[in-house]
Amino acid sequence: MSDQQPRRVRIVSPRTRATRSATGRPVSREIGEQTIVGEVYMGSLVRVQLRLAIGILLIFTVLLGGLPLLLLAEPQLADVQVLGFPLPWVLLGAVVHPVLVLGGLLYVRQAERNEHDFSEVVR
Amino acid sequence: MSGSAYGTTAIALVIMATMLIGAFALRLSRTTSDFYVASRSVSPWWNASAIGGEYLSAASFLGIAGLILVYGADMLWFPVGYTAGYLVLLVLVAAPLRRSGAYTLPDFAEARLESRPVRLIASVLVVTIGWLYLLPQFVGAGLTVRLVTGAPAWVGGLLVASVVVFSVATGGMRSITFVQAFQYWLKLTALAVPVLFLVIAWQADGAPTTGSGPPAFPGRTTVTVTDGVRVTVVDPVAAVVDGTVDGTAYDHEPVTLDAGEHRVAPDTELTFAAGATVPHAESLRAISNDLWSTPLTGAGGRDHPVYATYSLILALFFGTMGLPHVLVRFYTNPDGRAARRTTLIVLCLLGAFYLFPTVYGALARLYTPDLLLTGRADTAVLLLPERLVGGVAGDLLGALVTAGAFAAFLSTSSGLTVSVAGVLSQDVLRGSVRDFRVAAMLAVVVPFALSLLATSIAIADVVGLAFAVAASSFCPLLVLGIWWRGLSSTGAAAGLLVGGGLATAAVSATIAGVDRGGWAGALLAQPAAWTVPAAFLVMVVVSLRTPSRVPSGVGRTMVRLHAPESVALEH
Repeated sequence: MSDQQPRRVRIVSPRTRATRSATGRPVSREIGEQTIVGEVYMGSLVRVQLRLAIGILLIFTVLLGGLPLLLLAEPQLADVQVLGFPLPWVLLGAVVHPVLVLGGLLYVRQAERNEHDFSEVVR
Repeated sequence: MSGSAYGTTAIALVIMATMLIGAFALRLSRTTSDFYVASRSVSPWWNASAIGGEYLSAASFLGIAGLILVYGADMLWFPVGYTAGYLVLLVLVAAPLRRSGAYTLPDFAEARLESRPVRLIASVLVVTIGWLYLLPQFVGAGLTVRLVTGAPAWVGGLLVASVVVFSVATGGMRSITFVQAFQYWLKLTALAVPVLFLVIAWQADGAPTTGSGPPAFPGRTTVTVTDGVRVTVVDPVAAVVDGTVDGTAYDHEPVTLDAGEHRVAPDTELTFAAGATVPHAESLRAISNDLWSTPLTGAGGRDHPVYATYSLILALFFGTMGLPHVLVRFYTNPDGRAARRTTLIVLCLLGAFYLFPTVYGALARLYTPDLLLTGRADTAVLLLPERLVGGVAGDLLGALVTAGAFAAFLSTSSGLTVSVAGVLSQDVLRGSVRDFRVAAMLAVVVPFALSLLATSIAIADVVGLAFAVAASSFCPLLVLGIWWRGLSSTGAAAGLLVGGGLATAAVSATIAGVDRGGWAGALLAQPAAWTVPAAFLVMVVVSLRTPSRVPSGVGRTMVRLHAPESVALEH
């Protein structure tokens, strides 16, 4: 029996991908095998994506869903003329469509970024 | 060549092009998988064009302009809702749904909930929604053929039904994809090119606006009533009548129509002076032009316009994801990422298309107010080029619009027939290619028969009802199924039955013509605002009470739905 004290070891994060993947099971395997670890990772991705979806839907609920309420509260807005046409016609007939496309574009970019970050982590 | 000859030629050309492209693609179509989902080998641009082609139905091409002509500003929500529905679909279901790897909505229901009964309920709903959506396509085809050639209404419906059964039964999904991509661009051209001429003609006419009084004839106008109609007159109006009004026969005699109701017999010609007030068909609610141009004035032909507007918004925004023919398309994307990109392109294509029906609707209020008398508002798009441009140019533009309308009937009907036939052949028959062909026949016969009975419906209205049923059944199933692990098979079944059942009942009452007055009428005519929350509520509450019926494989399913393709999973 040695009375020698164990040598003091400093533990730091390796901060490199190579070391980490060499140390154990890849997270993708945890997910594939549905271990608790895997479920935690998957759950976090689902939550992030759901939050994104709800965020986009909320923006459009306010923008589009608020329009009838706004016209109800301020009926004189319906008489405002834009380029010779009533404002509601211009908004609903033309302006909404590019705004919807923009919303879709933002969503696709962010959703793909979320998935990219996820696959970086679980690799 | 006369205007009707141009129109007939246009219809013949569209049908031939559809058949030829279908036959060409048929040589590429070999397996059952080709039949249903084109073996999932279609690029995002092709696929997005095909989705656009399939989605833009008679309701979009003819119906929206017709509703805007009659009811004005509140109807602008139709094109907005049709597009916004795709944004909702994109953010909530596009990628996970593609990753689920199912062919049809019932396939998704079974894969997620591991339950045969839920699958069967989903199948019944697919067939219900499909038939409800096919019905107005056949009605629209009947109207168009009748307007162009004078043939009875059933001819148009039969023509579309036959072409669809032929192309679906021989080519399946693969040929449909190419045909529909072609038809999107045809439809866009057919509205966009004439609109340039129409706007120039409107400018040359001094760019008149509708003003504030009741709708009036822009010039001396002769209206031919072919079917007979009951009209309501508010202020007495003079007309020269050749035919029978209120049981009295006239031979080019001047008659003053007093305030009140009048019966105009079939094949009667009424000639009105410029500026005369337009008598309204009894089936349409007459409104003055200032109410027409202002939202939320009750001009939607309905009581409680605020409720009706929000309910319509809800139905259209959340109904799109539950349309069977829309979902089938997502399986033709190679992966979830492509499904998202496809949907984004679809948003652009739809946004471009829906700029035009509004212009047609507003111009129709100015230049074809006689449709308010005959009640044929859905033909406004087809009539405008001839009225406003005139001459050979007007005839040619009219033929182009007719071609676009036919493309709309054919493409939407094909898509719906594929989905309904897919479900019928898999769940009722045995799922072989031969069964698929029999099922295609079945899918078309029922709505065609119904279209012969319901000839006076507003196309866009019935399509709106199909959206309401989809929003009250498949929307909660998809949203909860994709995002909530706790959805149980009992909960899903209960929600589908309650939501789908209530919406279908309300829709049936509306189509059957139950009284539309007051709150009860408003709730029945636009059911989505109460049936969608009811379906969600039932699904959640019943699922929470039956945790043992949450499928055991839910974890694996969630991984499949949400894991990006870039992560190679080891099983």
